[in-house]
Amino acid sequence: MSEIIKLSRRELIKAGILVGGGLVLACHIPGGLRQALAAGTTPFAPNAFLRIGSDGTITVIVNKSEMGQGVYTSLPMLIAEELECDWQQVRVQPSPVAPEYDHVTFGNIMATGGSTSVRTEWERLSKAGAAAREMLIEAAAKDWKVKPSACQAKNSVVHGPGGKHLNYGELAEQAALLPVPKEPKLKKSKKHTLLGKPIKRLDSPAKINGTAIFGIDVDAPGMLTAVIARPPVFGGTVKSFDAKKALAVAGVREVVAVDAGVAVVADGFWPAQKGRGLLEIVWDEGQWASINTPAMREEYAKLAATPGAKAYSSGDAAAELDKADRKFTAEYEVPYLAHAPMEPLNCFVDLKPDSGLVRTGSQFQTVDRAAAAGVAGLQPEQVTFETTFLGGGFGRRACPASDFIIEAAQVAKAVKKPVKVIRTREDDMRAGFYRPMWYDRINACLDKQGRPLAWQHTIVGQSIAAGTSFENAMVKDGIDSTSVEGAADLPYAIPNVLVDLHTTKNGVPVLWWRSVGHSHTAFVVESFLDELAHATGQDPYKYRRSLLAKHPRHLQVLETVAQKAGWGKPLPAGVGRGIAVHESFGSFVAQVAEVSMTDKDQVQVKRVVCAIDCGKIVNPDTITAQMEGAIIFGLSAALYGAITLKNGQVEQGNFDGYPLVQMDDAPKIEVHIVKSNEPPGGVGEPGVPPLAPAMANALFAVSGARVRSLPITPDQVRAAMGKA
Amino acid sequence: MITFQVNGISHSVDLEADTPLLWVLRDHLKLTGTKFGCGEGLCGACTVLIDGQPQRSCQTSLAEMQDKKVTTIEGVPVSHPLKKAWLTEEVSQCGYCQPGQIMNAAGLMTSKPHPTDADIDNAMSGNLCRCGTYGRIRKAIHVASQQEGEKS
Ligand code: FES
Ligand code: FES
Repeated sequence: MSEIIKLSRRELIKAGILVGGGLVLACHIPGGLRQALAAGTTPFAPNAFLRIGSDGTITVIVNKSEMGQGVYTSLPMLIAEELECDWQQVRVQPSPVAPEYDHVTFGNIMATGGSTSVRTEWERLSKAGAAAREMLIEAAAKDWKVKPSACQAKNSVVHGPGGKHLNYGELAEQAALLPVPKEPKLKKSKKHTLLGKPIKRLDSPAKINGTAIFGIDVDAPGMLTAVIARPPVFGGTVKSFDAKKALAVAGVREVVAVDAGVAVVADGFWPAQKGRGLLEIVWDEGQWASINTPAMREEYAKLAATPGAKAYSSGDAAAELDKADRKFTAEYEVPYLAHAPMEPLNCFVDLKPDSGLVRTGSQFQTVDRAAAAGVAGLQPEQVTFETTFLGGGFGRRACPASDFIIEAAQVAKAVKKPVKVIRTREDDMRAGFYRPMWYDRINACLDKQGRPLAWQHTIVGQSIAAGTSFENAMVKDGIDSTSVEGAADLPYAIPNVLVDLHTTKNGVPVLWWRSVGHSHTAFVVESFLDELAHATGQDPYKYRRSLLAKHPRHLQVLETVAQKAGWGKPLPAGVGRGIAVHESFGSFVAQVAEVSMTDKDQVQVKRVVCAIDCGKIVNPDTITAQMEGAIIFGLSAALYGAITLKNGQVEQGNFDGYPLVQMDDAPKIEVHIVKSNEPPGGVGEPGVPPLAPAMANALFAVSGARVRSLPITPDQVRAAMGKA
Repeated sequence: MITFQVNGISHSVDLEADTPLLWVLRDHLKLTGTKFGCGEGLCGACTVLIDGQPQRSCQTSLAEMQDKKVTTIEGVPVSHPLKKAWLTEEVSQCGYCQPGQIMNAAGLMTSKPHPTDADIDNAMSGNLCRCGTYGRIRKAIHVASQQEGEKS
């Protein structure tokens, strides 16, 4: 083995050469990007998403950010399927920011989020590929003086009568002269050769060779690196600072104040970081220095006992509850959570008097570009925004406040040099933007058969959209739709439902976090339903089925997961099973978790079986991978995740205080994709919501401990079991 | 001035002695395949081989590097069984943690060419993956170790 690790000179050279070419690597070379996109350098550019070179190279321009979810493969597959091209010839280029790359449904912004990439691009990219195919066929037919219908395209070659054939490279120039068909004919799905197949990711080779460029890897001639000393509490500002000692560190160039704090700008990360440690700063802590999580909980709990703004109502839940002999009430809570992508936030900015360059990973390029331009005093169009790979996104780089962009632009403006700001893990975890903390209270009563007759759910927490440019679109009559999603649209047959909301305000910055509102509503709804099933002596799986008769897609994933998990079959002693089902982002996911406990009351999830119906599919292996990843992501939150505040300060800073699931506590995961001809649904997020309730329900099954608060720590388990 | 080898090439570096190897590699030798995840030895993203042993480069200072031989992800051949297995098992999602995972797995396989699940748990826990690719990492290590077996 060791001799394999030793590097041969040839390998080194090979690696060096690989950087310049090859299938995947084209996607990280900004120079190449500019070239490929410039009009006239490729003969055939039928639309914004496709370039075909005279050498037959197919360049797909992708307007979604690659953050692990596989869009640099799934979106090219949509084009390639219709184009009938040779998949080996396909290269990917990230798109620039331009109106033609705007999100189909989010308004005038380029954005990646809401598990929408495949859903919203399916039609546009399929048509882009089909139109190009028709033009290539037409070009060949003209050349041969035959009807296009006498020709066929396959594997980047057009075949005509009598064995004639021309490849796409040869046809590119002629095809470019033809009008672009408005309504190209799409293939029938049974003719698909790529869609539905586990095609290998185009970005994998670069990601195992160290050549994939993430935002943190961006480099430029003369670039400096900065770290920022940030206020200890949200909303704090710099009163005064002394940079003398910091400036004495070898490699430190400048120390400048920006809105985010005090930036130490140096030749590299290490001197910047060392310099930051030597800054003497007096902070004005501002109005949020007294926030404490326990006090906040108390306030939320009080609010939860009072009626909020109505988010949904059917029948008369209040009247039924008033009449009921027996009421069921439970309170649930979940904490603030950090996204904690493995790549800490960072951003490169280079400003010139009449232009700017931003290079980083972003899920909101248009918003971020405008923010950088605003700092620089430029028009957005004067700023070039180049999207790198994202070392995880999970919503964090879709920030309406563009916090990590603005701070870098301010530093670059102050030092008048290209600058990369890097956040340390502690900066990343403490400087904000969290999944909101939520407190929920549910009251229900049952009919004679034990089915829910009335269900009243009060939700307490901050609005993510309030105060942002998304407020108008997302907040209606005081209800932020993401606060109540998954609660105000219950699939279960319950005649009287009332869901209301208290929107709280405080200085803790909140943001969408993989699965957004569903990350808490699924836990609450699916746990409480389980409680009702047990309270009436019914099997939680059968109980759900009986209430989902009108929801065939819920039913199918539920039945699939129950069957695959062997629901009802005996388990070894000390192991319990729990089930949950939830719809989000256009997809339906059910999970069964098998759980045991250590003698220290630590929950261990041994196995998770998952069934998903996400409609028509592009790449089944990506779907499986997203379910696996979402289950681990959900499990980290359910077992360990909590951001807490003491005197306004975030108590966690690194992975010791905010642990993630590791190899030795990762369960065995089995994913089953249900066949479906429904419109495509999302896959990045929908696997997260069912995990926590399936786990909590399994814990109850094995121990009788009903834990209604996440994360489920040994203390929580002991308290629920009445142990001291 | 500290002299050491990276991927078979000798480098003499004149930087503050407390500079972590991670930042020597990334900022000065421009080998950015080795990643920064925590800076505290808590995530494994910065793992490299030093004299064949997996080490956290964020916790190793330049001062300790005299005459050492470092292998980074860029120095592992594309034909390496682990890299091949990483592709066949389609391990990577965002990919950020994967260089560290592969380097740590390479260290594991040097000491245990045919690791059991328990060996993998033991060696690989501590290399965090926020995208949750643990199941595939485990599988890829097993696949790579079988290739090794067939070869010898
Ligand atoms: S960066 Fe070295 S262990 Fe995390
Ligand atoms: S693949 Fe994203 S952190 Fe591991």
